[in-house]
Amino acid sequence: MAVKDSGRVVLLQGNEAVVEGALAAGCRFFAGYPITPASEISELMSVKLPAVGGTFIQMEDEIASMGAIVGASLAGVKSMTATSGPGFSLMQENLGFACNAEVPCVVVNVMRGGMSTGLPTSPGQGDVMQARWGTHGDHPIIVLAVSSVMDSFTITVQAFNLSEKYRVPVIILSDEIVAHGRESVVLPRPDEVEVVDRITPTVPPEWYIPYEDNSRGVPPMAPFGSGYRHHVTGLVHDTHGFPTEKPKEVGDFMARQFRKVTNGAYEIQMTRRFLLDDAEIAVFAYGSVARAAHRAVLRAREQGIKVGMLQLITLFPFPKRAADAVLRQCRAVLVPEMNIGQISREVKRVNMSAKVLKHNRIDGQGIGPDEIYEELLQM
Amino acid sequence: MADLRNKYLRHDKKFPHVWCPGCGIGVVMASLIRAVDSLGIEKDDIVLASGIGCSGRMPVYVDFNTLHTTHGRSLTFATGVKLANPDLKVITVMGDGDATAIGGNHFIHAARRNLDMTAIIINNQIYGMTGGQFSPTTPYGAFATTASYGNVEHAFSISELAVTAGASFVARGTVYHVPQLDRLIEQGIRKTGFSVIEVISNCHVQYGRRNEMGDPVTMLNWMKKSAVSVKSAAGKTEAEMAGRFSIGVLADLDKPNYLEEYDKIRQRAAQNHIRVNEESTEGKC
Ligand code: SF4
Repeated sequence: MAVKDSGRVVLLQGNEAVVEGALAAGCRFFAGYPITPASEISELMSVKLPAVGGTFIQMEDEIASMGAIVGASLAGVKSMTATSGPGFSLMQENLGFACNAEVPCVVVNVMRGGMSTGLPTSPGQGDVMQARWGTHGDHPIIVLAVSSVMDSFTITVQAFNLSEKYRVPVIILSDEIVAHGRESVVLPRPDEVEVVDRITPTVPPEWYIPYEDNSRGVPPMAPFGSGYRHHVTGLVHDTHGFPTEKPKEVGDFMARQFRKVTNGAYEIQMTRRFLLDDAEIAVFAYGSVARAAHRAVLRAREQGIKVGMLQLITLFPFPKRAADAVLRQCRAVLVPEMNIGQISREVKRVNMSAKVLKHNRIDGQGIGPDEIYEELLQM
Repeated sequence: MADLRNKYLRHDKKFPHVWCPGCGIGVVMASLIRAVDSLGIEKDDIVLASGIGCSGRMPVYVDFNTLHTTHGRSLTFATGVKLANPDLKVITVMGDGDATAIGGNHFIHAARRNLDMTAIIINNQIYGMTGGQFSPTTPYGAFATTASYGNVEHAFSISELAVTAGASFVARGTVYHVPQLDRLIEQGIRKTGFSVIEVISNCHVQYGRRNEMGDPVTMLNWMKKSAVSVKSAAGKTEAEMAGRFSIGVLADLDKPNYLEEYDKIRQRAAQNHIRVNEESTEGKC
């Protein structure tokens, strides 16, 4: 059980750190349905949220959980749900609604191995493309990956901030190793956490145009009950929020969705560089695999191999800028993943010159430093 | 009604509405408006949510905070809205397919949970918007575009389902018995806890046309003929009630509602009265 000990060293599980991060970011509503390995997030939320005046509700399923967090966010409260693979699939339709209606919310998917019910308590990274394209229709979305307990705190805060700032749902991909691993971390004091809140309208209610474009492409958002009556729908809508099928209005709406995220690419696309300055080969990794890769890189360096690592925190929009620099500099890049190569395909997509190699495990086992090290020796 | 029309409808550019001439959904919308008006609730304080289907379009026309959600899920969105801001009056309008087929799970759990919301379910016994396919309330033997040889599935009663699932207020009305419908919706909104108002409505276009009731008047006459007040239904045998249905208040209970209960949890949590095993986060599957 996590202890709220801001500013002090605490021993936390990844899932617990997600909860601490969410609370620090101002999350006051959580709806969820139990599923391993994400259940601890629900359990801890059920304890902590009422204590800070928030609300936890255990819904009848994941579809309902996703609907409830969208509803709560529309009423002005920062909201989150957490699940694992199969539950994430069930959330996709309402996740698409959140994209279409531009409702900020955070969805944590603690990935497990296998397809379908799969490997309930084994790690996996098989939901990367589901996070990007799981819901129907073209849409922008932000997907972040956590690799440690400290990440689980700080990236969750970031997820809320980005969600509020761009009015998009943000997906956090964790994996079973990060979620259940315990590490001691230093949590910042609440006043040290930078929290971003959505912009609300300042014009008189009669002037409010809920989906009006502006330079950022992100319209101010009025919570239900604040005197700005408006219509929210899953249908493609005009700037007033009402359904439209006029090609010009539909085109403008879709273009704005993509533009707002593209415009923010610089701050959305987070990566970490390790030992890349003189690197000739590089590892691109995310999630728990990034921890193993870090160790492997250090060991290879001891052998005189000029290798570095780019850790991807943001998976989508794919951090092309950071990846590009490494791909131009290095002759070869290794992408180890606990899937069949979902991010390596993204790397290949943006690659100009380097050789992109894969290292994959889909047997429900984590990827350890040794096997990455062995691969590096071959490169 | 002209005054109410000006007061509550989004007259600028939202009309003409999408409904077929003579459709019962407009009658329900008018009843809802009269109920809200007589209760004196501010428009700003109402959130009207809907799912998908002909009835799902109602929120577009009414000047409240409105939320047109995904098919079958309006109660889940509404739950989030209400919990995030308990001062809001949250009303959902659904169709029979919306509420009890795709949304059936949400419906029974919303009733069980007893959060203070009002669910108006417009039961026209058919999927209207998608072209007249049978729904969970299409009678046995009736015709639909996916039941061209006659429906072999059995209909269930929305209201009885709601009573069994634990809703604190359940009523059934029709678009023929309008003054009563106004009152039932009013009572439902006033009730603290989960309230359900099932409204028997006419889809003469998709249901009626295939079942020898192809115009609104015939369908309204069918409602007039088939509806029996709850009181007189109680004295009738099952055989006497065959093909007929009761109208009026079917359940009106006082039971703890979710918000009151959750407030107690907040108090307990603030005093740190938790019963959690220190090891509770380990060894789960
Ligand atoms: S299809 Fe039926 S329910 Fe839909 S608007 Fe027409 S008459 Fe009404």
